[in-house]
Amino acid sequence: MRGAKSAKWVAGAIVVAMAATACGGGSGDEGKKSSSGKPEGYVSIDVGEPQKPLIPADTNESLGSYVIQSLFTQLLDFDAEGEIVYTNAESVTTADSKTWTVKLKSGWKFHNGEAVTAQSYVDAWNWYANVENQQQNSFWFSDIAGYADVHPESGAPKADTMSGLKVVDDTTFTIELTEKVPYFNYKLGYSTFAPLPKVFYDDPKAFGKKPIGNGPYKFESWTRKKLIQVAANPDYQGPNKAQNKGIQFKHYATVEAAYQDVVSGNLDIIRQVGPTDLPKYKQDLGEGAIEQPYAAIQTLVPAFYTSTFKDMDPKVRQGLSMAIDRETITKTVLNSTRTPATSFVPPQVKGNQDLGTDVFTYDPAKAKQLVTEGGGVPGNKVLIQYNSDGGHKEWVTAVCESIRNATGVDCVGDAKPDFATDLEARDNDQVKSMYRGGWVADYPVNVNFIKELYHSGAEANNGRFKNAAIDKMMAEADKANSLEESVKGYQEVEKKLLDEMPAIPLWYYRINGGHGKGVDNVEVDFHGDLELTGVTVK
Amino acid sequence: MGRYVARRLLQMIPVFIGSTFLIFAMMYALPGDPVRALMGDQAFDPAVLEAKRHELGLDLPLWQQYVNYFTGLLQGDFGTEIGSGRPISEIIAHAFPVSVRLTLFAFTFTVIVGIGLGIVAGLRPESVRDRGLLGLTLVLISMPSFVLGYLMQYLFAFQLGLTTPTVQDSESFGDLFLPAIVLGSLSLAYVARLTRTSIAENLRADYMRTAVAKGLPRRRIVGVHLMRNSLVPVVTFLGTDIGNLMAGAIVTEGIFNVQGVGDAIYEALFRREGATVVGIASLIVLVYLLASLLVDLLYAVLDPRIRYA
Repeated sequence: MRGAKSAKWVAGAIVVAMAATACGGGSGDEGKKSSSGKPEGYVSIDVGEPQKPLIPADTNESLGSYVIQSLFTQLLDFDAEGEIVYTNAESVTTADSKTWTVKLKSGWKFHNGEAVTAQSYVDAWNWYANVENQQQNSFWFSDIAGYADVHPESGAPKADTMSGLKVVDDTTFTIELTEKVPYFNYKLGYSTFAPLPKVFYDDPKAFGKKPIGNGPYKFESWTRKKLIQVAANPDYQGPNKAQNKGIQFKHYATVEAAYQDVVSGNLDIIRQVGPTDLPKYKQDLGEGAIEQPYAAIQTLVPAFYTSTFKDMDPKVRQGLSMAIDRETITKTVLNSTRTPATSFVPPQVKGNQDLGTDVFTYDPAKAKQLVTEGGGVPGNKVLIQYNSDGGHKEWVTAVCESIRNATGVDCVGDAKPDFATDLEARDNDQVKSMYRGGWVADYPVNVNFIKELYHSGAEANNGRFKNAAIDKMMAEADKANSLEESVKGYQEVEKKLLDEMPAIPLWYYRINGGHGKGVDNVEVDFHGDLELTGVTVK
Repeated sequence: MGRYVARRLLQMIPVFIGSTFLIFAMMYALPGDPVRALMGDQAFDPAVLEAKRHELGLDLPLWQQYVNYFTGLLQGDFGTEIGSGRPISEIIAHAFPVSVRLTLFAFTFTVIVGIGLGIVAGLRPESVRDRGLLGLTLVLISMPSFVLGYLMQYLFAFQLGLTTPTVQDSESFGDLFLPAIVLGSLSLAYVARLTRTSIAENLRADYMRTAVAKGLPRRRIVGVHLMRNSLVPVVTFLGTDIGNLMAGAIVTEGIFNVQGVGDAIYEALFRREGATVVGIASLIVLVYLLASLLVDLLYAVLDPRIRYA
C-alpha cells in the first residue's frame, strides 16, 4: 500500500498549501468597502498610484500632483490664458522685484480646523528647503535669501530658517530674494509653495499617507494601487471651490483598460487616450472627447559634447529643422495629438511670439542647401535617442525618414529600453548624437522654457549648450524691474536662440482625453491638467 | 517519504539564496538609477539626489548592498521601497492574494475543463469530437492572450453587458471570472491535448486489455487504471504552470486592470525598485520550488512503482 501512504502525504501538503493561500487571501480585505461603487456626486478619473508620499515639495510627477493640487492651495493659480488668479493670497506685490510682500486672505483654515497664517507658509517653506529633509523640489526655494544656509551644496545646514522670509503679522509676510526675479510671483503658482499645518512636523511620514491641506478637497482614504478618495471641502473659500461632492483617483494598469471603463460608464474621466484608441475615441465619446493644446513642447536636443555637434555651424541645425515635415508627421503618425512648433515657447505661455522665420517650415530644397552651406554633418549621420517605453518610436522613425529624404544625412533612432536608462545617458553625457527632449510648463512665462533649458548652468540643459552671450542676455533680462520688461528681454533671447539652435523644436503637446456621459464641464488648465474642481455631475 | 520531503525542503535554502543573489545582481547591473528616475524630465538638485542615495545605501558596492539586504530578509524585513517609502512586505501582501485568487480560479478551470475535454476526446481517438477538440485547442494555442482578452471584453461587457470590462473589485470571484478564463485558456489547450494523447495511447496498453478481460466495470477501468497512468505527464505540466499563471499574467492583468503580482513586478522593474523586484521574484521562485515538490510527490501517488526513500 505504498501508493495509499504517499497519498496521505500529498493530501497533507495540499491542505497546507490551501491554508496558506487562504491566509493570504484574508489580508487584502481592508479596502473592500471603498473599492466597489462610487458615492453619489463623486467624479472618478484615471489617476494612478502616486510614486511618493503626498508631500507638496516632494512630488513632481503628474499622478501625485493631481492629488496634491486637490488637497492643497497655494498663494495663487493661473487661468486658462496663463494669467494670475489669487487663491489663498489677497495680493502678492513688489516694488523692486527683490522684496515681495504677500498678504493672505483671512479666515482660511486647514482641514483640521487650524488657521492658515503667514507662519504656516514660512515654516513650511523653511522645512521644504532644508537639505536634511531631502525634498525633491527644494531647489524651487533657491531664489530666497538664506537658501544657501539651509541647503548648502554639501554638508549639514548652517541654519534652520531662511533669512529672506519674515512674518509681519498673521496674514502678511515678506520674501526677500538674493537677486531680482521679476517673474517670482509666477513661480509661486507651483504646488510646491503650499502651506503645511502644525501636525505635519510631528510626523511627516504619517502625514504623507494621510495629508491635511487647505485645498478644495479633504483627504478621505487611500487604498494602495487602487483608489484615492477625496471629498469636497464645504468650508473652502477660494475661487476654485469644488462643484462636485468629491473625486476618486482610480489606478489603472493600462490606459486601454481605463478607456474601456470610460466607454462603459465605469469611469468618468480619462486624462489621455492610448494610441490604440485614438482613431476612434471621438466617435466613441462624442461630446465627451477632449482635445486641447497645452504648454508643453517636444524638441530634438543635440549633445554639444559629441564630435558631430561640437563645432557645427548653427546653419546645419537650421537645415535639419527644415528637413522635418512636422505638418504631415503630426497628422498621420501622431494622430493629431501634437501641434507643429513655430518657436521655442508654446502659445499658452506669456511671451510667446511670432519669430517670423521659415526655420520651422518644411522645405527640403532649402534644408539641403543650408546643410551643405554650413559644412554638412560630420560623419553624415545623426542619431535620435529616445526611450522605447513611451510610444516615441513611431515618430522618431518618421522624423528620421524625413531628414534622410530631404538632406541625405543618415538618421537612425537610438532606443533606450526605458526612461530611467534614457535619463542616465543624458545625465552622464553619454548621448551619442541627439536626444528627445520634453518640457512641460511649471509656470506660464517664457523664461521657464528658455532659462531652465538653455542657460549654461541649468540642470536640465543636458545637451550642454554653452553660449556666453546668451547667458549674459538672460542675466540682463532677469535684472529688469517689471515682468513685462523681463518677458521682453527673454523674447530677445529667443530670437538669438533661433540663430544658435540649441535644440530643434518639433511640436507642442495636445491633451487627448475624454469623459463619459455622467459628468460635464471638464476643462483643461495651461499645463494640460484637467480642472477637477469645476467638473459637474449630471 | 518524510526524509525525502525534509531533504527537498533543505535543498531549497541554497536555491533561494542563489536566486535572490542572481536577481539582485541583475538589478544592480541594469542601467538607470532609481533615485534619478524619480526626478524625471524636470530640473532637480544633485545634492538631494546624493543625500538620498547615501541614506538608502545605494552608493555601497554590490556585495555590501546584498549583505545588507539579506540580513534584513533573514529578520523578515523585505526592505523599503525607494519612491513611496512603503515597506515591501506591504506591497507583497497586497499583490499576492490577488494573484493567488486569480491563479486558483484559472487553475481550477484549466484542470476541470482541460482534463475533462481530454478524456472525452481521448476515449474515442480520431472521432468527430476528437477532431473538434484538436481544432478548438489549436485556436486557443495560436491566439495571443491579448486578442482573447479584448475579444472576451467586447463580447461579455459591451455586447452582452454581463460584466464590467475591467475588474472593479479583485475580491469578487464574479469579477475575476473573465481574466481567469483568459489566463487559463492557453494552459487549458495544452492540458487537454496532453490528456487526450496520453489516454489514447494507454488505451492500447496491455494492462488495459487485462482489466477488460478480468471483467471489471468500465468506470473502474477508466477512472482508476487508465487515468492514474495517463495523468503523469499532465501533472508535470500543471506543476510548472502554477508558477507561470502567477507571475506571467502581466498582459491579462493589464487588460482587465488586476493589480496582481505581474503588475507589481513590472512597475517595480520600470522604476528600478530593486528590492521590490528581488522580493517578489524570490517568492515566485519559492512557489515554483514548492509546486515541483508537490508534483514529485504526486508521481508516487499516481504510479506506485515510483518510490522515494
